[in-house]
Amino acid sequence: MGMKTEEKLIVKGKRLDGRKPDEIREIEMKVGGIPNANGSAQVKFGDTVVIAGVYGPRPLFPKHLQRSDRAIIQCRYNMAPFSVEDRARPGPSRRSIEISKVTRLALEPALFLEDYPETVVDVYIEVLQADGSTRVTGINAASLALADAGVPMNDLVVAVSGGKVDNTIIIDLCGKEDNYSLADMPVAYMPRKKEITLFQMDGGLTSEEVKQIIKNILKSGEKVYEKQKEALKKKYAE
Amino acid sequence: MMTEVREIVIPGEILGKIKEAKASYGTFVEGDEIISKFLGILKKSGDHISVVPLSGVYIPKRGDKVIGLITGIEKVGWVIDINSPWLAFLYLAEAVDEYVDLKRTDITRYYDVGDMIYAQVSDVKLGNVQLSMRDQMARKLKGGLTIKITPSKVPRLIGKSGSMINTIKEKTNTMIRVGQNGVVWVSGEKIHKAVKAIKMIDEKSHIIGLTEEITKLLSE
Repeated sequence: MGMKTEEKLIVKGKRLDGRKPDEIREIEMKVGGIPNANGSAQVKFGDTVVIAGVYGPRPLFPKHLQRSDRAIIQCRYNMAPFSVEDRARPGPSRRSIEISKVTRLALEPALFLEDYPETVVDVYIEVLQADGSTRVTGINAASLALADAGVPMNDLVVAVSGGKVDNTIIIDLCGKEDNYSLADMPVAYMPRKKEITLFQMDGGLTSEEVKQIIKNILKSGEKVYEKQKEALKKKYAE
Repeated sequence: MMTEVREIVIPGEILGKIKEAKASYGTFVEGDEIISKFLGILKKSGDHISVVPLSGVYIPKRGDKVIGLITGIEKVGWVIDINSPWLAFLYLAEAVDEYVDLKRTDITRYYDVGDMIYAQVSDVKLGNVQLSMRDQMARKLKGGLTIKITPSKVPRLIGKSGSMINTIKEKTNTMIRVGQNGVVWVSGEKIHKAVKAIKMIDEKSHIIGLTEEITKLLSE
């Protein structure tokens, strides 16, 4: 990325939407909503809206995909045609295939897959409205949906994105910042032991900057984790 | 009785130390800590800590009575969907008492694709579940309708020595069979009322004072 833009992305220490550099957007999480799925969740990070549905563990066919010692995860990240201002071309693209894979790898370490040999857990992530950081929003939604589905997990997965615009380190990029950023870095981790399960970077950062961003992500991640806990417990509180 | 919620725990939540308690179902041990595996209700009985999942699929256990849908026919038996991560198999010898000459008889005369059966789980090796009809209650379920509830809530639907399910049966004049796998078969007079009650139990199983609410719903 690193495209040049006339517009300043940070003015007087405030970002386009009035946030401070280390401030995350307003988060809304809701568990449930797809009655037919074993588990589901909706997560909003500002204007980014993502729903996730989990089916399974269920029998897996064709049989050659089965693993005799554990379950497999099939993950599908998809952007709805109306999720962006232009129309997003329906169907899998190079980008969505990549994100499906990294999401799967981000979720796998949190699950006890060996409890269900020869089966599959299907995770469907649907982006309804995209305004930056869709992959981390998707991972947060998928983590909630997996917990709601009753899949045994050793921890939830929390994801937050970081990056750099106008030589300032920021967190939770919105759509415009994402487009004109000097670097963006989505990170997912398991909060109990702070184990990182997803770490990607696009752009250029010094190692000092990377350390600073990770530090900020772990700090904001706590807020996201609290929201996840609250959302899961809220489903059963009346 | 007051409407209150039992303590809910989430996956990854630390429940106690291994020195002070024993890790039971729904938990795992890491280091010296007992940690929850599920989103569920925390149970402490004696020095055992366990978590009862609030959702999840059915894990077949030997001796369970389940309701299954026949989805396929093989040479010597039937493939059955028992609402679990694995398909089950019912051997001909476990289903029929008389001698069957496989060369002359089509086994669909006993059970065909689309039939619902009430059967017992006779053997489980992970990924290989076998059913048996050698049980007094085992039979084909004709007519009626089936609904699915969360398998971990089946004990709540049945109630203490069948109190909950018997109330529903009496008040709605229906016949109900509950499979351990969360499939419920209902047939009789006021089916829709019975289904409504069963669904309510599924949704509100974690609430204390559910029995009163169900009685109220049924006597409307």
